[in-house]
Amino acid sequence: MSANNPYLDDLSRGIIRENPVFRLLLGMCPVLGVTGYLINGLGMGLAAAAVLIASNVVIASLKNFIPPQVRIPCFIVVIATFVTVIEMLLQAFQPALYEALGVFVPLIVVNCVILGRAEAFASKKPVLRSLVDGIGVGLGFTLALGILALVREVFGHGTIMGPGPDSAILLFGEGFEPMALFGQPAGAFIALGLLLGITNVIFKKFNIK
Amino acid sequence: MERLLSIIFIYILVENFVLQRFFGICPFLGVSRKMETAIGMSMAVVFVMTMATIVTWLLFTFVLEPFNLQYLQIVTFILVIASLVQLVETTLRKISPTLYQGLGIFLPLITTNCAIMAVALLAVREEFVFVEAVVFGVAASLGFSLALVIMAGIRERLELAEIPDVLQGSAVTLITAGILSLAFMGFRGMLSL
Repeated sequence: MSANNPYLDDLSRGIIRENPVFRLLLGMCPVLGVTGYLINGLGMGLAAAAVLIASNVVIASLKNFIPPQVRIPCFIVVIATFVTVIEMLLQAFQPALYEALGVFVPLIVVNCVILGRAEAFASKKPVLRSLVDGIGVGLGFTLALGILALVREVFGHGTIMGPGPDSAILLFGEGFEPMALFGQPAGAFIALGLLLGITNVIFKKFNIK
Repeated sequence: MERLLSIIFIYILVENFVLQRFFGICPFLGVSRKMETAIGMSMAVVFVMTMATIVTWLLFTFVLEPFNLQYLQIVTFILVIASLVQLVETTLRKISPTLYQGLGIFLPLITTNCAIMAVALLAVREEFVFVEAVVFGVAASLGFSLALVIMAGIRERLELAEIPDVLQGSAVTLITAGILSLAFMGFRGMLSL
C-alpha cells in the first residue's frame, strides 16, 4: 500500500492483492486436499511457507551463479532439498500431522506457488526482498488454507481443532447433524468456489486491484 | 489379473485422481477451457505419467532401496519427471507445432503437475509390484484425462450460460467441478484393493 516502501509492498502483496489461492489460483492441490480440518490446513500452510521462505532466500543468494539455461532444474533441486528437510522434521516431531497430510507433504515440491515465486521474484530481486516476499506469500497461502479449512470443519464436522476427541471442540452441541458434504471432496470444490465468489465481492467493494 | 482390473477400475472411477484425490488441479482448471487443448494435455499426461511411473519405480527398487538412499526420493523423482517433460516438449515441438502452441505454458508446467509426482510416490508407498505400478500409472492418467475431458465439455457449454457477475471465471468452474465430483462419489465403496 505504501508506494515508497518496497518491503511493506512485498509483504502485503502476497497476502492480499496477489493472494496465491484467492487471486492467482496457484497451488490448489493441497488447498483442496488437506483442508478437512483446521489443524491440517494450517500445518500444511506453514510447511509450504517454510519451504517457500527458505528456497526464496537460497535462490536469491545464488542467482548470480546459476546459469539461466538450467535455472528451472536448479530451482527444483533447491526446493526438493527443503521439502525433504521439512518432511523429516514433521515425521520426527509431528507424527500425527505427518500422517494426516500424507502424500501432500512430499508434493510441496511440485507446488506451483513456490516455483512461481522463485522464477518470478527470487531469481531477479535481492535477498532481503525475497525473504520478505516469501513471508508475505507464505502467510497469504496459510491464511487461505486456514479460512477454507475453518469453513469446511465447522460445516462438515461441527467442530474446531479436530480431529480427535481430546482436542476437538463441539461448536453446536451433541445434537448437531453436520453437513457431511463439506467434509467430502465435492464439498471442498464447492466451498472454495463460493469463497472465491465472496472474495470477489469484497475486492470489488474495496476496489483492490 | 483380478487385482490389475480392480486397480484400473478404482483409479479411473472410484479414486479419480482429480475429483476424489485432488491431484493435478492446476492443469485441470487451466487447460479445460477448450476441448482441443484438453485432449492434447491428456495425451501428454498419459505419456509422461506412464513413463514416470516406470522409471521412478525401477529407480527406487533397484537403486535407492538397496543402497538405503530413500531420503533422496523426492529429489530423484522430481528430476526424472522434469527430464521426461523436457523430452516430450522437444518431441512435440518437432511433430505437432500446432498442438505445441495450443498447450502453451502448460507443457513445461507438467513438471509441477502434482498428479505425476503423486503417482510416482504412491506407487512406491502402496508397495505395488512392477506390473501393478505400470497399470496404476496408466489408470491414474486415464482417470485424469477423463475428468479433464468431461470438464472441457461442460465449460464449452458454460460459456453460453448466464452466470452471476461475482461467480464468473474460476469460481463457477470450481463449483462445477464440485458437482462433477459429487457425481463421481456414486462410485464410492464399489471396490477396494
